[in-house]
Amino acid sequence: MKGLLQRDVNQETFTLNLGPQHPATHGVLRVKLEMDGEYIVEAEPVLGYIHRMHEKMGENRTWAKFLPNCGRMDYLSAMSYNHGYVATVERAAGIEVPERAEYIRVITVELNRISSHLLWFGAFVLDLGGFTPLLYAFDDREQILDLLESVTGSRLTYCYFRFGGVYNDIDDSFIAGTREFIKRLRKRMPMYDALVTKNIILIKRLKDIGFITKDMARRYGATGPVARGSGIDFDVRKHEPYSVYPEFDFDIPVYEEGDSMARYMVRMDEIEQSMRIIEQALDKLPGGEIKPKKAVKMVKPEKGDYYCAVEAARGSFGIRIVSDGTNTPYRMKLRSPTYSNLSLFGEAAKGMLLPDALALMGSLDLVIPEIDR
Amino acid sequence: MPELLRVILFIIFVLSFAGLNAAYLVWCERKGAGHIQRRIGPKEVGPYGLLQPLADGAKLMTKQLFLPKGVDPVLFMVAPLMVMVPAIMSFLVIPFSESFVGRDINIGLLMIFAFASVNVLGLLLGSWGSANKYAVIAGARCVSQNVAYEIPMLITTITIVMVTNSMNLNEIIRSQAGWFFHWHFFRLDISLLMPVSFLIFFVCSLAETNRAPFDMAEAESELIAGAYTEYPGMGFGVFFMGEYANIVIGCALTAILFLGGWQAPIPLNFGGFLGVLWGMFWFFLKLYALIFTVIWIRWTYPRTQFYELLNLSWKVLIPISLFNLILTALQIKIFPWL
Repeated sequence: MKGLLQRDVNQETFTLNLGPQHPATHGVLRVKLEMDGEYIVEAEPVLGYIHRMHEKMGENRTWAKFLPNCGRMDYLSAMSYNHGYVATVERAAGIEVPERAEYIRVITVELNRISSHLLWFGAFVLDLGGFTPLLYAFDDREQILDLLESVTGSRLTYCYFRFGGVYNDIDDSFIAGTREFIKRLRKRMPMYDALVTKNIILIKRLKDIGFITKDMARRYGATGPVARGSGIDFDVRKHEPYSVYPEFDFDIPVYEEGDSMARYMVRMDEIEQSMRIIEQALDKLPGGEIKPKKAVKMVKPEKGDYYCAVEAARGSFGIRIVSDGTNTPYRMKLRSPTYSNLSLFGEAAKGMLLPDALALMGSLDLVIPEIDR
Repeated sequence: MPELLRVILFIIFVLSFAGLNAAYLVWCERKGAGHIQRRIGPKEVGPYGLLQPLADGAKLMTKQLFLPKGVDPVLFMVAPLMVMVPAIMSFLVIPFSESFVGRDINIGLLMIFAFASVNVLGLLLGSWGSANKYAVIAGARCVSQNVAYEIPMLITTITIVMVTNSMNLNEIIRSQAGWFFHWHFFRLDISLLMPVSFLIFFVCSLAETNRAPFDMAEAESELIAGAYTEYPGMGFGVFFMGEYANIVIGCALTAILFLGGWQAPIPLNFGGFLGVLWGMFWFFLKLYALIFTVIWIRWTYPRTQFYELLNLSWKVLIPISLFNLILTALQIKIFPWL
């Protein structure tokens, strides 16, 4: 009869292992918590349970062969990661992309962003103990997956972009389906607002709880909705424009409060903004080729150091590539947004109650394979 | 009827009632949750998935009763029973119909509350005996939650007892005879805050039975399975049955105290066996309507934060119920003919 019963009951704090198998960590993340009752004295995220060495993998295969890996990092917004990689390589090798392909990229990336935010919305409310919104969000997300499946052939880990274009052209049924879906989601969003956003229990759990200050977000390099929820007006799409984003009219939702509610609102607003971008892109969609005129055969970028960042659903995703002029990268470094966003959890969760800290963790929108890479 | 036969019949009825309720409320809950979430719910085992509870039961029973390392074997095994047994005992005094009641004693209400308090002890012992930190946190939460919510619940009950001058449940129901507006819920002439009392009582019974949005004892997204984390097979199954039995008791009490128990909404009563069935029909209708509300709430709302839960009780429910108590006392004193 050992264990808790015979321990020294006078000890001030105790260690609680949250994970790696815990419903709230959304995957194999382990958080070592030093607790005083239900208050968190110290929180230390422990990473690496599903590290797959994507960066090393990138260094020992040709440039094109790394493409499928991108979708396996953040499986919820795989398009953005594909986009980040092809954009970097195109910049390095000086490949021109036809305009239609860029538009198709924007449409699919934004659709993917909506699906990622919808899934986050469901999972976040699930973290707070409400099970039902998850299934409604999945219902909507399913429509996006169907749309993307019809054009890319896969539902989750897309490998749709190619150097200099995209793999497949979109057809009229995809365009009609996307318009239909946007109409449908516009009808559903007020329902989510009425049932979840305005729910008094939810407001009490999120408002003025889980603060991430502007300074903290800067120090840890937080990006994406986490930074924008803390009042940092930064979105790669607007501030370091890439692809054809400058041609669209959209807003960057920024909330000054820095609490869990602010991050929630940022994401809900971003769904609306993404819908605006898609609508404009569908209206303006130019004709023409989706692949460069001269087929890209063997990519061999000039010797040099290249970096390109894109705005993924969780923040700024950047790839730094060092090329030595051969057909494999010399060095590849992936900068994934959730890694930085998670790093601030230890500081932000200090002194919080366990359920509030889990709400904070949920509002960071963690995808573990992307942290571990 | 000879005493022994009565006891045996009662035990058979209550055990099967509690067991069937636990089994089929789970089915209702899963089916209800399914429809609320635009799914179908269980449908494979039997027609409409009606045999699913039996399959679940068989699964739980065939599981090994594994004792994890470090648990206190006695507390660990006794705890589920301490949740289950008081709940079953409470059925003893619940009048399903005027003459269909295990024991028509004059302190029935008191007895139910006495047994209801044992429930939390079972959860606490179970969580402490599991030697699991998540379970201990859940146990501690559970105790403070129950202490906080028993007070407004009892104060509200005292209001009713003051009105009816009796703790006999049958007596309380009889005082609500006649049309449906004679039910306590509608009796604004006795106490202006009667609907509020009903609400307080119902919320408290949700909290007492650890149901969503107050399910601190389980809190699956925070504490894995809370107090039940380490329980295998039927250990968990008995806890589960106890929980559902407690929901039935809580809803039955709400129906008895505020919605006229077995009284029909119109002044129509029958004698003999038909009368028993008529009473049971109305009682079960009210009971299951309330239980459905409980299920509905669970699948609609997120969980409250723990301190919000305590604040709600200490800062809102207790003052209101105290005020209500004084108001009712005044009304009874000033208008004694009502």
